[in-house]
Amino acid sequence: MTHEPAVEACGLEKSYGGVRVLGGVDLTVRRGGVFALLGPNGAGKTTTVRILATLLKADAGRARVAGHDVVSQRSLVRRAISLTGQYAALDEEQTGEENLRMMARLSGLPRARAGRRAGELLERLGLTDAARRRVATYSGGMRRRLDLAASLVGEPSVIFLDEPTTGLDPRSRLAVWDVVTELAGAGVTVFLTTQYLEEADRLAGHIALIDGGRIVAEGTAADLKRRVAGERLDLTLAGPEAYERVAGLLADRIVRRDPETLVLGVPTSGGAGDVRDLLDAVDPGRRLVERFAVRTATLDDVFLTLTGNSARKEDQRV
Amino acid sequence: MSDAVTMIGRSVRLSSRNVEALLTSLALPMMLMLLFVHLFGGAISTGDAYVQYVVPGVLVLCAGFGAGSTAVSVSQDMTGGIIDRFRSLDVGGPAILAGHVTAALARNVAASVLVLAVAAAIGFRPQATAAGWFAAAGVLLAFVFAVAWLAAAVGLLARSAEAASGFAFVVGFLPYPSSGFAPIDTMPSWLQGFAENQPITPVIESLRGLLLGRPVGESPWLALAWCAAIVAVSMAASIALFRRRTS
Repeated sequence: MTHEPAVEACGLEKSYGGVRVLGGVDLTVRRGGVFALLGPNGAGKTTTVRILATLLKADAGRARVAGHDVVSQRSLVRRAISLTGQYAALDEEQTGEENLRMMARLSGLPRARAGRRAGELLERLGLTDAARRRVATYSGGMRRRLDLAASLVGEPSVIFLDEPTTGLDPRSRLAVWDVVTELAGAGVTVFLTTQYLEEADRLAGHIALIDGGRIVAEGTAADLKRRVAGERLDLTLAGPEAYERVAGLLADRIVRRDPETLVLGVPTSGGAGDVRDLLDAVDPGRRLVERFAVRTATLDDVFLTLTGNSARKEDQRV
Repeated sequence: MSDAVTMIGRSVRLSSRNVEALLTSLALPMMLMLLFVHLFGGAISTGDAYVQYVVPGVLVLCAGFGAGSTAVSVSQDMTGGIIDRFRSLDVGGPAILAGHVTAALARNVAASVLVLAVAAAIGFRPQATAAGWFAAAGVLLAFVFAVAWLAAAVGLLARSAEAASGFAFVVGFLPYPSSGFAPIDTMPSWLQGFAENQPITPVIESLRGLLLGRPVGESPWLALAWCAAIVAVSMAASIALFRRRTS
């Protein structure tokens, strides 16, 4: 059973009143580490998570989470997972500690252990000082942390986080990232959804890109970046004549031509030696090439390319 | 079962901290009683001091106000993120609703004690035997329980807390066209049929008779039958609605 994937979904479909939200989602998430389901708003991220967390029934398809079927073994799945949704699942008029104690009791801990567990989690998420304050007085970042703590009371083996940092300020976002990294380090499987490429890139070992209710790409952040472009050396030439001359020299190595802005692009390793060699070869007199830039594909490129938007943003390193 | 106990603790704690709802369910009925007894009471002829007549009506009004808060808090649970957390902890609908209904009972016991104390202070003199008190408490609790389940169903049906709060208005109005505040035979004839046959009238008649030590006839049984029917329908509806809201 330990070799079974943490999440295994096959052909998940879901429609709401004739609008198809999921059009056959297939996913496999290994145990341990962070998995990110990345996609724009309305891509089907939340629907997928809710199906996997047993809160929503798929119209078609099957899914197993932590080794159990999400429909026929719903209770077993629920005992092994936790879900933190986009909106804080807390009682505003209870204190942080009361909220956690309640969740711990509901996850089956006896009274005394529930109290201790609440204390541990408050400490771990840096909320001890606020433990006896009502949640209504918490900041957005504190609520998120308390919400995360609440999802940890039952010591789940798979944690679903639906857009855990949406709407947070940068400092709170970093705090959430730290918790996620720590959880993954402790052997828990974290399944998070995000619309932030940076977040997926930074946290997740494995990323699936979802768009229009389908998985359009999958792999590590590096795999996905390679699928789009890798690295490219862009040369800006001094004038139309220089442009023609260098274009002739580089011939079929060219991957990008833009006569209007006088830019030619060729693949490169990005290493200083390679760049120097190439410049010496095409422009020994040092008059033809005016500027150069090494461009690396970012997840933004991947995102925009694979989700059907041709406009590309590029990360520049000169 | 232990989930239900935890949820009851939660709902009671939340009720005790909801100042607005507490004021509504505790202070408003008391103010209404003072208003009825001192402002309108002199003009309503019931054969007795008006305070002797009106106490059951105010107790039933309390149940209505309390139920309004129940509908709103059920609706808030269903529309906020917390319902997903409860469900992912495998807490069932019955445990969640049991918490709300029990909190409603607790709120109403407190409100009723308060109303009786204020009534006693302004001249209410109950003549009930111990058995009479016991029976009156039973009928009132049955009514509160029934209205709380009805409120839970309404809270599940409403798409927003604002919509759910409309329920308080309906339940809060129903005691007026009954024998709660004025004798039914003083009402226009088209209203008498409704007033005589609506569920609140047998509840009021039972409470009044039992508290004043007068014969009550079949009223308590009729009241309990109404309550049982309301509970049966509301529970079934609540479970079906909960399932619909969460699938």
